[in-house]
Amino acid sequence: MPSYLEFRNHQREQYDFRWRLLAASLLVLCCFGILASRFYYLQVMRYQHYQTLADNNRISIVPTVPNRGLIFDRNGVVLAHNYFVYTLEITPGKVDNLEQTIADISELVPVSKLDRKRFNKLRAENHNFISVPLRSHLTETEAARFAVHRYRFPGVEIRARLFRHYPQGTLGAHLIGYIGRINDKDIKNLTEAGDLSNYKGSDHIGKGGIEQYYERELHGVTGSQQVEIDADGHAVRVLSSVAPVAGENLILSIDSTMQKIGEEAFAGRRGALVAIDPKTGEILSYVSQPSFDPNLFVDGIDSENWKALNESLDRPLVNRPLHGVYPPGSTLKPFVALAGLEAGRREPPFSISDAGYFSLPGKTHRYRDWKPAGHGQVDMRRAITVSCDTFFYGLAHEMGIDRLTDFLQHFGFGQKTGIDIQGENGGLLPTPAWKWKRWKQPWYPGETVITGIGQGYTLVTPLQLAHATAIFANNGVAMRPHLVTSIQNNRTGISRPVKPQVMDQIALAPKHIDLVREAMVDVTRPGGTAVIVGAGSPYSIAAKTGTAQVIGIKQNEKYDEKNIAERHRDHALFIAYAPAEDPKIAVAVIVENGSHGGSTAGPIARKVMDYYLLGKLPDAQPAAAAAVPAPETTEEEHSEEHD
Amino acid sequence: MIERIYLSLTKHIDGFLMSTIILALVVGMAVLYSAGGHSVGRMQAQAINIVIALSVLWVTANVPPQHLQRLALPIYVLGLLLLVGVALFGEISNGARRWLHLGVVRIQPSEIMKIGVPMLLAWYFARHEASPRLQHHLMGALLLAVPVVLVMKQPDLGTSLLIAASGFYVLFLAGLSWRFILGVGASIAVAAPILWTMLHDYQRRRIEILFDPYQDPLGAGYHTIQATIALGSGGLAGKGWLNGTQAQLDFIPERTTDFIFAVFGEEFGMLGNILLLLLYLLIIGRGLFIAAYAQSTFGRLLAGSITMTFFTYAFVNIGMVSGILPVVGVPLPLISYGGTSLVTLMLGLGILMSIKTHKKLVSS
Repeated sequence: MPSYLEFRNHQREQYDFRWRLLAASLLVLCCFGILASRFYYLQVMRYQHYQTLADNNRISIVPTVPNRGLIFDRNGVVLAHNYFVYTLEITPGKVDNLEQTIADISELVPVSKLDRKRFNKLRAENHNFISVPLRSHLTETEAARFAVHRYRFPGVEIRARLFRHYPQGTLGAHLIGYIGRINDKDIKNLTEAGDLSNYKGSDHIGKGGIEQYYERELHGVTGSQQVEIDADGHAVRVLSSVAPVAGENLILSIDSTMQKIGEEAFAGRRGALVAIDPKTGEILSYVSQPSFDPNLFVDGIDSENWKALNESLDRPLVNRPLHGVYPPGSTLKPFVALAGLEAGRREPPFSISDAGYFSLPGKTHRYRDWKPAGHGQVDMRRAITVSCDTFFYGLAHEMGIDRLTDFLQHFGFGQKTGIDIQGENGGLLPTPAWKWKRWKQPWYPGETVITGIGQGYTLVTPLQLAHATAIFANNGVAMRPHLVTSIQNNRTGISRPVKPQVMDQIALAPKHIDLVREAMVDVTRPGGTAVIVGAGSPYSIAAKTGTAQVIGIKQNEKYDEKNIAERHRDHALFIAYAPAEDPKIAVAVIVENGSHGGSTAGPIARKVMDYYLLGKLPDAQPAAAAAVPAPETTEEEHSEEHD
Repeated sequence: MIERIYLSLTKHIDGFLMSTIILALVVGMAVLYSAGGHSVGRMQAQAINIVIALSVLWVTANVPPQHLQRLALPIYVLGLLLLVGVALFGEISNGARRWLHLGVVRIQPSEIMKIGVPMLLAWYFARHEASPRLQHHLMGALLLAVPVVLVMKQPDLGTSLLIAASGFYVLFLAGLSWRFILGVGASIAVAAPILWTMLHDYQRRRIEILFDPYQDPLGAGYHTIQATIALGSGGLAGKGWLNGTQAQLDFIPERTTDFIFAVFGEEFGMLGNILLLLLYLLIIGRGLFIAAYAQSTFGRLLAGSITMTFFTYAFVNIGMVSGILPVVGVPLPLISYGGTSLVTLMLGLGILMSIKTHKKLVSS
């Protein structure tokens, strides 16, 4: 019986439930019926009314894009500015037959294949009701000719757009950077930074160098206009507006004449030069060769030019001072020397008798000096002047790698310098811990030996090398390297200076500084490795040459410059500061595959220093001055340790 | 072999319901492409949301209703604790306290309650299967009122009304007496003026603007005005895909999420709107059919409530976009951009499928 009752209950419950479902279904139908009649009311009965509203009575908030800030060099020479350009723009959503329209337009205003390609690309990226430029840089005649026929082309109009221009072309392209169209990644970054709304209406954003780092300052604050627009999207009248705030102007520490001298001094070679004012950290010259024309990127680079730049073996797009990493070679020796002296080693009158090689105790392997016969009796000062490898092999070994790198990192090696350009490479200052982490291998004593002459794993960027030189020139006070010296408000004209910033103060004994400096001055005097650089100079130059090997040389092989392909020749390095007694400029130069620091890299530095210190422009002399090769070739054998 | 894998994968998927869901998702992607300014990134993000939501649906469909029944109470209690947590430690954004940080994840507990409340009530009435009395309904109403009030306090009026609706449907389907319903309805009508004073300013404003959007054409009424202009100017057949001027010229605010129906209605017109309503009717009809033939009380009540809640979403969203309901933050089911609401929806639809396909296993 209970089961029967349960069954009855169950049946009754289901019966009730289905009645309720029916009621619910009626509710659904009822509500959807209300919606459907609302659609009928809005979309059929009042269609005309809303159609008119949609067509005629549009109120739109239109962003007013601020003028981008200008960039000047230290003397007020314009490096980046804006100018108005007439562009012919099409709003695809308002044009019935796009192909025909473009064909008709091209009868009035020439439209090249490239223009078409760029137009199609931009059209694909934007929605149908955004106006997209078909042609830019219309001449007055072209603009006037189109204006006469404008009535024939609804949805096509001429606009004045602000374009970025870099009047100096390739000059300093890597440091100025460029602006390019805002892409998905930029949008993501802007969203994360909460700046996206400020970019309504902006098409471009800084993509490198100063343009990127100071994007916030340069861009300014977007204003807005509330306008009534007609069916074609033309503003009929402005209802209210908030004015945009123009971006701020930047004044750089770069001197464009000096920049030009530096770039031309490379005479087509690949490489980099960085010159710093050691007392402030201001970057006076920032050369990366070869360079490129940033104007190509502003309007979206075409594929031919992009391919040419991107696939060139000379890699013009690489920002060498920041991203190029090179073994420092012998330019590291003055810093190793200081490390030794500060650790209480090799202080005068200590000297060694150099037989042309160094061997680890109990080992037979010979770490050879670049001079096969050796330098004879060598003390610290002479070791720097003649760039004696043997002397530094022994010193590095005695100090040990940890102590050596501990000291060197104070000079910024293995760390980012903090320059105001994004994406800096920190180089590499190797330690046993690093090697274990990276290669899962123990540190060998021989690796310490070659670290002493700047070979092995050690890598520096030209910027780091210049920074380290500047720190030494400034008696151990490290100033943050920077390019922008002041930021100027576009409206009030008031500038706020970027203050020099002390990063670190290394305690160095004055007598050690003096010793190394004197040795470095000797480098540019007869008997030194860069005598050619010091020749005829009215001011004293403290310098050091260096060579960084590109390919490994076997133990018994001889480096034969003439028989080696140009791209396999050693890199030439050179660091200097002047005047030695009261340094005003510190320079680092790297010439890729330039072979000899003294003869190829050194003269470039000299030209830059001559201009900065004496105001002297280089003579129009042929570059055949490099007749006498400086006596330096450091043949390192470290490669075979890994062979 | 492949056939067998296919069969085992789709064993608990209701083909009819699935086809309508997929159709709605495809329509949603097409509208989103237009509404989102042809942004491929937005499409990709939504595609990922869909994949996640469909996985949730599949998993849920494979959980037998008996297991869901056992989970009902723990889910409800957890949801309640989290809601209390939000009230105490919640993160404030846009003036409302809705999110809770749990270490790495940030969750919106009110979302859990959209499923947790109907599950608990279905579970509760399944326990008192034999002719539930008024006292059970009162108890049920209490269990419903606590989370609704907590969510309303956040304040999130839209979600709290949806949770209230989902719970009310269970009470109604469980046989709440008509007299009681009418009585409560009458007393709400009386209490409305008092409730009015309890609403937040912005909520009151929204209701005022609803009756007269032109009071504030550039502020609070802007949404409604622009949406009705979009719909109205769409006419009978619409302006065509990607060609809605209101949508493409940035006139419709929140046009990928809550107001996406305005874009749809402008571009596809009244005919498109009717077709979309029919598509929703198919989904709702199938859901009610599943409820009618469910074998356990729990399954019946839950399936009915989920289906009616789905209907409520669609009705409230379309109603607010076409200007007959106040603007509350409710997305258009299966069409609006957004992951959270999609996952919650698919969870419900997965439960429907579970109830439909696990029938034969239950021997009652």
